[in-house]
Amino acid sequence: MANRRINWYKYSSPATFYPLAGKLIPWFGIPAVILFVVGLYVGFFVAPTDAQQGDAYRIIFIHVPAAWMGMFLYVLMAGYAGIGWAFNARLASMMATSLSVTGAMFTFLSLVTGSFWGKPTWGAWWVWDARMTSTLILMFLYIGFISLQSAIDETRRADRAGAVLALVGVINIPIIYFSVQWWNTLHQGATIRLLAKPTMEPPMVAAMLIMLAACWLYSVAVVLMRVRCIILEREQDAAWLPEVLERGGAATFSGVESI
Amino acid sequence: MKWSEFFSMGGYAFYVWGSYVVALVAMGGEVLFLLRRKKILAARLAQHSIEGEKYEDKA
Repeated sequence: MANRRINWYKYSSPATFYPLAGKLIPWFGIPAVILFVVGLYVGFFVAPTDAQQGDAYRIIFIHVPAAWMGMFLYVLMAGYAGIGWAFNARLASMMATSLSVTGAMFTFLSLVTGSFWGKPTWGAWWVWDARMTSTLILMFLYIGFISLQSAIDETRRADRAGAVLALVGVINIPIIYFSVQWWNTLHQGATIRLLAKPTMEPPMVAAMLIMLAACWLYSVAVVLMRVRCIILEREQDAAWLPEVLERGGAATFSGVESI
Repeated sequence: MKWSEFFSMGGYAFYVWGSYVVALVAMGGEVLFLLRRKKILAARLAQHSIEGEKYEDKA
């Protein structure tokens, strides 16, 4: 009986995780594409025009999910970096490195789409408002993490240095989240609150949540794709690698035929 | 609703479509970049293993 227990530690080894990640990618990537299409359909064809902001508000369907992902992925990245540091787990550190790029991409996207929204509604591309400034700091934290890691040649040392930076930077996340309450900001308040009834029309909320789900699925797929590349780069000389490559693992990203 | 009306986004076309074009480029670009990175890596590793075999033959 005891022998039938799943050995979860097995999956913390890059050799076992590499083929597993390959199999998982299409299970996240394909639903992501479907949900992006559904979310955009609801957002552009079902949701009504906003009474105050006209059609400019439709930027919300990409802006808010991108901003949330930037924050979520940062916390996740710091968590993985911390685990990799505390337990000397290589794979967790590789996950942190993989997450940093996608997190930076979403944070960049939230800043750019925010500008596109700010110009018509506030009359300015950029304002030094608390939420925007703290999001810009988040972008710098991601850039700092990525450049710090690439500046150190020895990978495990780079992982540890990155983990310190990532963990210290977590303090910025509640600052971003509560910035609209703590300071008098130009940026509008939270769109969705856990315990309050949404102030938006139901199709608007639905489109935003579908897009958020799509962004999550997309992130998982892309982070797994990148972590596989990182594993290949870092474990080049590992004994298990030729075996997996022989079975066609490196030739393709698609799950079924690749191991 | 007419399509021209849809694309004009009540006069906010540049801002709305600009946002989504940037999003498409950023996310699509990330995927394409990763596929390319993987392809290059796979080719390099395949080359490595062939060279490794040659080396073994000599030895």
